[in-house]
Amino acid sequence: MTGADVLLLALGAVAVGSGVLVVTTDQLVRAGLYLVVCLGAVAGLYLVLTAELVAWVQVLIYVGAVVVLLLFAVMLTRAPIGRSPDLDRPGLPAVLIGGGAGLGLAALFADAFRWSAVELPAPGNAERIGTELFRAWVLPFEVLSVLLLAALVGAIIVSRPDIGSRS
Amino acid sequence: MRPVIPYVIGALLFGAGVYGVLRRRNAVLVLMAVELMLNAVNLILVTADTTVRATLPHGGQVFALFVIVLAAAEVGVGLAIVLQLYRLRASVAVDTVRLDAAPASELDEPRVIT
Repeated sequence: MTGADVLLLALGAVAVGSGVLVVTTDQLVRAGLYLVVCLGAVAGLYLVLTAELVAWVQVLIYVGAVVVLLLFAVMLTRAPIGRSPDLDRPGLPAVLIGGGAGLGLAALFADAFRWSAVELPAPGNAERIGTELFRAWVLPFEVLSVLLLAALVGAIIVSRPDIGSRS
Repeated sequence: MRPVIPYVIGALLFGAGVYGVLRRRNAVLVLMAVELMLNAVNLILVTADTTVRATLPHGGQVFALFVIVLAAAEVGVGLAIVLQLYRLRASVAVDTVRLDAAPASELDEPRVIT
């Protein structure tokens, strides 16, 4: 157990704990705030795994933009403040499938990697990732920019019924 | 660094996300659970980047960046659909949406709840 392992375990406990709270709490706004904690802990995990650029992009886009959008949606759909008793459906199939997927994948990984150790590679800072991105992955990068534009236009058209439907 | 630790964390996060997608009735909470699943996949990609020595270095981290961009696009379109659903039905409960009887005439004239 090195220092990195201890950090990984601590941050992972925070991430999994707040992730479980996101899907079990009965207060909508708190689910969003627990999501912030979970995504922040995952960003910390990226930092320990030497993925610096991914960690900061995670903080910027997920914690900064996606969670704010989700909280806006909570407010715009007039979600009740406080406890809402009708948030959940019957839980047995969800517990079976979700628990089965999670524990099954965890057992698979544990069996595949046992307790082996690896050396951490050179940190993925902005310079290295940028070089790699614009040398080997330029075409997917450009396709993604087109996809973002399409998603933007699609979101506008979906949310404006006067230009979306042809009645 | 023991790679089994972040791998197991990613698997458990994915399981929590699957549970949330199946359990929740509120569409916004379903989107949050989808975000959890995407994060689990990102964590596994970044961990694989440290354990696999590929020909192209840092492929896993580049893929994680791509998945983050896809998640941003997904949440934008998803929230537009959720808000439109709320405008039409005044409710975002996913199990009350009837998929078998598509109300074409109803969709043409959206009932705006003020």
